[in-house]
Amino acid sequence: MIVTTPPHAGVEEAPSAFSTLWRLRTWARPHRRAMIVMLATATGAMLAQSFVPIVVGKVVDGPIRHHDTTGLWALCGLALLFGVAESALFFARRRAMARAALGVETDLRRDLFAHLQRLPVSFHDRWPSGQLLSRLTTDLSTLRRFIGMAAVFLVACTATIAVVLGLLISIQPWLGLVVLVSMVPLLIGTRRFELRYSQDARRAQDLTGDLATSVEESALGIRVVKAFGRRRHMLDAFTADATRLRAAELTKIRTLGRFWALLEALPQVVLALITAGGVYAAAHHTISIGGLVAFLALYLQLVWPIIMLGWLLALTQEAASASRRIFEVLDTAPSIVDPPAPVPAESGTTLVFEGVRFRYPDADSEVLRGIDLEIRAGETMALVGAVGSGKTTLTALVPRLYDVTGGRVLLGGVDVRDLPLDQLRHAVTTAFEEATLFSASVHENLTLGRAGIDDADVREAIEVAQAEFVYDLPYGIDTRIGEQGLSLSGGQRQRLALARAVLGRPRVLVLDDPLSALDVHTEAQVEQALRRVLATTTALVVAHRPSTVLLADRVALLDEGRIAAVGTHAELLARVPGYRTLLSQAAEPLQPTARAQVRA
Amino acid sequence: MSDTATWQGRLTPEAEDEARSQDSTRSGGIVLRADGRQLLRELISPYRRRILGVLAIALAQVAATMAPPWLVGVAIDSSLPDAAHGSYGSLVGVGVALLTSALLSGWLRSVFVLRSGVIGQNILFDLRRRGFDHMQALSVSFHERFTSGRVISRLTSDVDTLTELLDSGLDGLLTAVFNSAAIAVVLLVLDLPLAAIALGSLVPVWLLYRWFAPRAAAAFTRTRESVATLIVSIVETLNGIRAVQAFRREKRNDAIFADLNDGYRDANHKTFLLQAWFIPGTALIGNIATVAVLLVGGYRVATGGLELGVLTSFLLYLRQFYDPMEDVGYFYNSLQSATAALQKIATVLAEDPEVAEATDPAPLAHPARGHVELRKVHFAYRADRPVLPELDLEIPAGQTVALVGATGAGKTTIAKLISRFYDPTAGTVALDGADLRDIADEDLRRAVVMITQDGFLFSGSVADNIGFGNLDATREEIVAAAAAVGAHEFISALPEGYDTDVRKRGGRLSAGQRQLVAFARAFLADPAVLILDEATSSLDVPTERAVQRALRTVLAHRTALIIAHRLSTVEIADRVLVLADGRIVEDGPPSALVAAGDGHFASLHASWRDSLV
Repeated sequence: MIVTTPPHAGVEEAPSAFSTLWRLRTWARPHRRAMIVMLATATGAMLAQSFVPIVVGKVVDGPIRHHDTTGLWALCGLALLFGVAESALFFARRRAMARAALGVETDLRRDLFAHLQRLPVSFHDRWPSGQLLSRLTTDLSTLRRFIGMAAVFLVACTATIAVVLGLLISIQPWLGLVVLVSMVPLLIGTRRFELRYSQDARRAQDLTGDLATSVEESALGIRVVKAFGRRRHMLDAFTADATRLRAAELTKIRTLGRFWALLEALPQVVLALITAGGVYAAAHHTISIGGLVAFLALYLQLVWPIIMLGWLLALTQEAASASRRIFEVLDTAPSIVDPPAPVPAESGTTLVFEGVRFRYPDADSEVLRGIDLEIRAGETMALVGAVGSGKTTLTALVPRLYDVTGGRVLLGGVDVRDLPLDQLRHAVTTAFEEATLFSASVHENLTLGRAGIDDADVREAIEVAQAEFVYDLPYGIDTRIGEQGLSLSGGQRQRLALARAVLGRPRVLVLDDPLSALDVHTEAQVEQALRRVLATTTALVVAHRPSTVLLADRVALLDEGRIAAVGTHAELLARVPGYRTLLSQAAEPLQPTARAQVRA
Repeated sequence: MSDTATWQGRLTPEAEDEARSQDSTRSGGIVLRADGRQLLRELISPYRRRILGVLAIALAQVAATMAPPWLVGVAIDSSLPDAAHGSYGSLVGVGVALLTSALLSGWLRSVFVLRSGVIGQNILFDLRRRGFDHMQALSVSFHERFTSGRVISRLTSDVDTLTELLDSGLDGLLTAVFNSAAIAVVLLVLDLPLAAIALGSLVPVWLLYRWFAPRAAAAFTRTRESVATLIVSIVETLNGIRAVQAFRREKRNDAIFADLNDGYRDANHKTFLLQAWFIPGTALIGNIATVAVLLVGGYRVATGGLELGVLTSFLLYLRQFYDPMEDVGYFYNSLQSATAALQKIATVLAEDPEVAEATDPAPLAHPARGHVELRKVHFAYRADRPVLPELDLEIPAGQTVALVGATGAGKTTIAKLISRFYDPTAGTVALDGADLRDIADEDLRRAVVMITQDGFLFSGSVADNIGFGNLDATREEIVAAAAAVGAHEFISALPEGYDTDVRKRGGRLSAGQRQLVAFARAFLADPAVLILDEATSSLDVPTERAVQRALRTVLAHRTALIIAHRLSTVEIADRVLVLADGRIVEDGPPSALVAAGDGHFASLHASWRDSLV
């Protein structure tokens, strides 16, 4: 319930790009052969491409000059060999890349997802799902691009640049040096552009997010917009946002335009210089004509690797921050885990809260301040309290969705933290107020993949929750429901959540206001069926309405984080004024009850 | 797949079709359908002249880039012999020309990037505004059918796909295409036989493309579909983490996720492989053609039929000639995604609002009196299942009416008809004697306001949200409205009072507090007819009681329609209507209905009384 911003990286000194990326080796190791192939073929292809101009130079200086048409065949055969080799290596690289990059991405995503599922609910409270989703999708795609492209081409480009420069200098040292010097401004310009552009892009991205929020609200709030006839007002607000986004995109484009000017002009200026210099040199016989042609063609080979190098360095930075974000999650250890020395679960079902205190991480004050409550085996206890008094929090402590920050919760006399997690959650099930449905069949939504549940169990649970409507769906309990399937009403969803909880006959049942979305008629039917289950189960039932309270043997009143009173409904009505205010429908003088329930 | 194969369950064929036709582009290559083309034309037409200007710049820039190889050829063929004889005039000329073309092409390039960027951004801006306004104009029935998720993705991710295409260097692809066309012309001018070799190589490239395109279209579509499934699985797991952990679903989820994750990998793998054939394949054809040119050209130079310079320029030109063809391999995904996105947006823009604004509105007195009448109203969401077979109902101005009945009896439908979220399939809904379809939207919305269960709040301050009811309201009026519904106390206790940011969708407030703010918003609007659809369901008992006390005074002089499951709300009504299967089965003051003793309402009331204490 506590909404706070997720902890951001970069408070302390961020580890270097290299050391962060180096940690990926764990996932790269199984794919190392493909990665080596990628590296070798990428370098090979770039080099093969660079040798073609040399051959062209040889053709000019040899066969053409000497009018030797037979020599032409041999050299052209050589050029063809290089050309075919380049394409073949190119092909081999992309195949290897598909295997390696996708392999690492898939493995890492699998591990990250598995880890996320095991991080405690308090972690998920702090991290919006959108943030985690982008780590599992966008950030992993960045890593895929890095592994498939940047990591390989950083090596390949550097090698190519070195070799080509070496060749250029060997053909004509002075002209070679001119080329070498011209690389400096190009490299600097590329780096500066990348920095600037990523800032511009970040701003445009933020504004795109703002615009998405505005679209989201107008779509989700369409009934409100229509009810008040506010179409024009909404459009004006949207236009203002869209205008800001357009301005940011144009800033980005201006940066890009300047960069392209440099990219387009500088290599050609250098070409002008080396052409003039080269022709002068050829006229003075310090370079052969074939050498000049080869030099010029080779020079053109060099332009792209240099530009690419700048781009690759930027991609590397990006990949480093993506993997930093991923490791931020992977490095968070699950705090709710099996005990080191688990006590085997007993069959006892007495549920005892002993001096239980709870404070949400980052919250200023405790929600629960010393709860003492015993729910006897087989008893149904209703939990009543004002909104925000901590009822839901208390229920979440039983299956250890959160761990107490003080005191202890005992199930059958054993601290729940000493029980194997799997056994604890087998014994205790919860029907949550917000009925979460997954995009899956009704059957899957009820069993959630739990083992040892047969069709008869499912039928019984459906009956208890009065959820027989599922049989009328197009494919009965095999029908897909949820966001990607058939949509159900709030009452239907709530009955499924209830069926899910009673399924498999848990020893302890926790129901968080299980009937709030039902109409009066259905509510009565569900209560009747539910009584049968509650008769034999230890249960904790959060209740807002008198009708739900009547399901319970006893009621506990929660106030200011403590149990203010325990007793039967009639007893509490008779002797506790606070309870009367909360549950009695009889008209009474109004009291200021709407205490601000601000969420921290 | 093992035992995880059936977990997804089945969807009816219609639902599958619906999802498919709206969310995917099975047919999708990179060619737009008719409505997509129409939309593109409309978007482009305001910028026709500017686009022509940009094309001219692109051509000039291409010309400037074309010059260097030719100039290098000239340098070798004529400047070099001159220089060898000590005359540098021609060399200096070539050098200056090369420098000029370098600076010119750099400058032209930046102008081109900027100008085309401005046009692109303006088109996107227009598209966003148009899409947004159209979505707002479409009726509630459309939104309910189409779902908010799809509406949002049309206006966000689909438009972003177009942005990405522009970002990914579409302009670069366009100039590359220009470049190739220009190179083709130059090659033809330079030397016909060599040009024939170069252009002839386009035939195998074309065949390769014919092989590649349909396969790539299918493969990229599958990638997008599988990533969408993956995202749904992630989001549902994260949002449902309590249920996942409480019911020990982690291992099962690991298995399901592994399948989806592998499916996504395989889909990607397929596209990578297709690209691995197409891009190097194109490169291979280019390389072979280059060697052929070298062989034939070299032979002719050796035998004196061709200048060496011409051959050199030819080889230099060829290097750029194949670029755009390889680029197609890289760009295919962006192009196809963008085509699909534009197509999807076009489909939605082609929808007409089912509840259309009055073309020739009848005047409505302000303030309206609030006399509501339904005459022989028939309504059905689906033709074979009428919700209201034929309903006649008159609500005199100032009356408070409670609607009671089981789920599906038609209560909410009546509310939606009176607030004109829907139009009746037959019959008339009238306000103060005028058919709702003839009343200007602005007048109608000022007179009739509906508050729904969800009590939607926009991000912004509490005051902003209440002020939404009346954009001209002063702070005093806003506070007064909040006080009238009993929301003033909790609002004042918020950290920044009325200026407190409610956060996304009112996340900072509890469900009950959100409903109170929604109440205040409606009261500020001061409508003649107020409709409350389950508007107090999330309030706890004491707060609900407070709201009811407020309602007695607030509803005193207006027409009100109240829908509630809880009978406590009904007690303040002047009149109760009990609905069953779209018909009114009981009608009268609550006390009279209870007194009658044998009706549906009387028995409901009795069982409700029993549940009280």
